[in-house]
Amino acid sequence: MDDLDRRIITATQAGLPLVKEPYQAIAQQLNIEPELLQQRMQIMLEQGQIRRIGAVPNHYKLGYRANAMSVWNVPDEMIAELGHQLGALSFVSHCYERPRFLPEWPYNLFAMLHGKSKHEVAEKVQEIINLLGEHCAGYELLYSKNILKKTGLRLKN
Amino acid sequence: MDDIDRKIINSLQGDFPIADHPYQIVAQRLDITEDELLKRLGILLENRTLTRFGPMYDIQKLGGSFSLCAIRVPPDRFKEVTEIVNSFSEVAHNYERDHEFNMWYVLATESLAQIDITNQAIEEKTGLKVYNMPKIQEFFVGLHFEA
Repeated sequence: MDDLDRRIITATQAGLPLVKEPYQAIAQQLNIEPELLQQRMQIMLEQGQIRRIGAVPNHYKLGYRANAMSVWNVPDEMIAELGHQLGALSFVSHCYERPRFLPEWPYNLFAMLHGKSKHEVAEKVQEIINLLGEHCAGYELLYSKNILKKTGLRLKN
Repeated sequence: MDDIDRKIINSLQGDFPIADHPYQIVAQRLDITEDELLKRLGILLENRTLTRFGPMYDIQKLGGSFSLCAIRVPPDRFKEVTEIVNSFSEVAHNYERDHEFNMWYVLATESLAQIDITNQAIEEKTGLKVYNMPKIQEFFVGLHFEA
């Protein structure tokens, strides 16, 4: 990432302008050619520095009111296989391996689950229990109670 | 929210084009006018049906770091600890969860070292242990909510 990429990120991290030529508007703000801006963003997209360009829906507003972080205790040697299986489920939005803290935190596999009700989430949890079978040594659901802060990525200028 | 709004939300979660007139391209796909798309997007953002519209950056690929961290906060100190934790600009999200581990925040920093530095500062200011749980492997990240 060079200085120009950094300036592009700080100019776009809050969002794209809602004007007919949004890239031109940003290029103008950065005092660069629009073609250069599009080229740089295309490269960042291809290399994965930009995951995607699009809209982030507020899942509460779309009726997804039950949002749980599910945490699972599975054997370390099986985690890649099981993690990919969980990640492939349509109702899982993020799935990661994270470190345990024994004895108080035995869980190493995290999957965010989204449903329109706690009942719907419970059905999905059952689906995961069935999928993990004997490999599941325990799990918990941590429902979100309050969003205390949400600002997202902010690079400093 | 009507059918056109739903179509906009469902179709704009992934591949917004990099082009001179990207909204026109999307509007054509959705069979609406460019002006209508811009107007509706503005409303969806204003009434918070959409929280953001634009590029999503992967801070790790930019050389930065993310980590999920948890604290077991005594219930009578929850408000005070929330204020301390939220006061750090490195804290990007912070959620209260229904569990003994009741505070879960995400640090987004420009270097790995800053994760530890920030967590040490949070431990000193709160007197509570921080459980730093950075991802070891990523199996899936994708958000697709049907509106």
